[in-house]
Amino acid sequence: MNVAVRCENLSKIYDTGEQKVIALNAVNLTIGLGELMMLVGPSGCGKTTLISVIAGILDQDDGLCELFGENLSTMKGKDKLRFRAQKIGFVFQAFNLLPALNAAENVSVPLIINGVKRDVAKRKAIEVLERVGLGDRWKSFPSQLSGGQQQRVAIARALVHSPSLIVCDEPTSALDHASGHNVMNLLKEIAVHKDRALVIVSHDARIFGFADRIAEMDDGHIVNVR
Amino acid sequence: MNYIAIKMLMGDTGKYIGIVIGLTFASLIMTQQPAIFTGFIARSYSFITDLGLPDVWVMDTKVQFIDDVKPLQETELYRVRGISGIEWAMPLYKGMLKARMSDGTFQNCNVIGLDDTTLIGAPPILLEGKVEDLRRSDGVIVDIDGASEKLAKPALVAGGKKIPLKVGDNLELNDRRAIVVGIAKVTRTFQSQPVIYTTYSRAKNYAPSERKQLSFVLVKAKPGQDLHELTQRIHANTGLAAYTRQEFMDLTFWYLMKNTGIPINFGVSVLLGFIVGAAIAGQTFYNFTLDNIRQFGVLKAMGASNGTLLRMILLQALVAGSIGYGMGVGLTALFGFAMRHSILAFKFPWQLLVFSGTGVSLICMFAAFISIIKVMRLEPAIVFKS
Repeated sequence: MNVAVRCENLSKIYDTGEQKVIALNAVNLTIGLGELMMLVGPSGCGKTTLISVIAGILDQDDGLCELFGENLSTMKGKDKLRFRAQKIGFVFQAFNLLPALNAAENVSVPLIINGVKRDVAKRKAIEVLERVGLGDRWKSFPSQLSGGQQQRVAIARALVHSPSLIVCDEPTSALDHASGHNVMNLLKEIAVHKDRALVIVSHDARIFGFADRIAEMDDGHIVNVR
Repeated sequence: MNYIAIKMLMGDTGKYIGIVIGLTFASLIMTQQPAIFTGFIARSYSFITDLGLPDVWVMDTKVQFIDDVKPLQETELYRVRGISGIEWAMPLYKGMLKARMSDGTFQNCNVIGLDDTTLIGAPPILLEGKVEDLRRSDGVIVDIDGASEKLAKPALVAGGKKIPLKVGDNLELNDRRAIVVGIAKVTRTFQSQPVIYTTYSRAKNYAPSERKQLSFVLVKAKPGQDLHELTQRIHANTGLAAYTRQEFMDLTFWYLMKNTGIPINFGVSVLLGFIVGAAIAGQTFYNFTLDNIRQFGVLKAMGASNGTLLRMILLQALVAGSIGYGMGVGLTALFGFAMRHSILAFKFPWQLLVFSGTGVSLICMFAAFISIIKVMRLEPAIVFKS
């Protein structure tokens, strides 16, 4: 298995002044290319901290986290930003679409950040929106779309720049059962790829069946991988 | 990213309008109040600007501004005429006299006495009559504002409109008859008193008897004569103060600036406008950024650099600032246009555009600065919080 993500003895402590909270405590985890890994566990167990470190938007205090052989914590700021812009796609629980932009413009954002011209980015965005079944809604603004449709736009946004890692934070928790199921089917169909890894943080036991492997977390540890 | 920045700015119409209104208000106050102030100040020396022919004004050394007349002896006129470099030198009377109206009330008037022969110093625009008519017996020319307002005759019916003074009407100046022979358009003076033009000798008759009655000597320099040298020569030879037109305007301007509360009053208005505008625009813009903080976080998580976000916020501030500034300046211009025939002093020189532009830019920079700090410190991990 080609390794996409390798975490060794990963630790993160939040110092709030009054107390120290150990969010990650010597976490070891490997995610392979082509794999859909689900991180599960109770609230506050460190799932979000772990994907934040994996996605390179939070630095660990100790340990190693390599993405495709690159150690993000030792990268310079600009290189890290570029790496993140090119290699990682995000799907958020609250969709986090920009309300002032229509669906195509929202999907274009990662391409524009990567320096692609707006008209080229828009064409590519419409293509990806067609793949997620929203080709006819590319002009719609987020407020005109249902929750399921907004999450499909978010998936298109995560895929449009062909990243090697997609990080999803509770992608179905804001959706009803049917919409959540559709979103997971979509992710499984078009996001999983032999050159790409997916990490999904979820509480939603109904979608655990979509995972290739499930890592259970508790109290900052990975307690089980199955 | 510029496109995204603009769409974000204008996406929330309510907030966008709030920001623009704050900046419009600041820009309006920073142009409208100084424009009125400039208008007031310009009126203080409007009599000097209206008299285009003389190059140099000669007066008593104690004169501090145009209305601070310290009369000279008649002989000073001849002493000035004897100085080299002078094409001509003419007397001018300027004094405040009481005019008795037909209803028995009195009105203070600014009476200007012009050289009997040349009538130099006559009003620049005559709406009725001719300047030469001043040579007719008891002839005076009255300014249109005075004729239609303060010197106007009472209405024929109670509560009716006053009847403007017209050519052929009589009035009394210091118990002497004056007949209106012309109506002139002149720039309003600082006190906005009616202006009455007559000949120098007749003005002396109207004025209370005094040993000295010559207010100013108006001097035209010979072609090629250096005006600064000429004023120095006049002072050296006569002991009188001699100023070029610009110097006399500056003297009047600085007297008002230093000795009246007008600049402070207007300055306070402008400062308040600036502070209120900065507070409204700054607060609204900051709230706008706070509301969009998650979106900035998403962009940051996706790989947008702090520099990119900084440019986005600056662009948003620039766009909102430019629109607010344009609207504020436009409203001020409209205000000036609407008031052009009123008593309100209003002057809108290009320097005020620079002044208010600088003020609005400072407000925008302040608003952008506090927002930028927030975004720079933003942890992109915020995007994973629901």
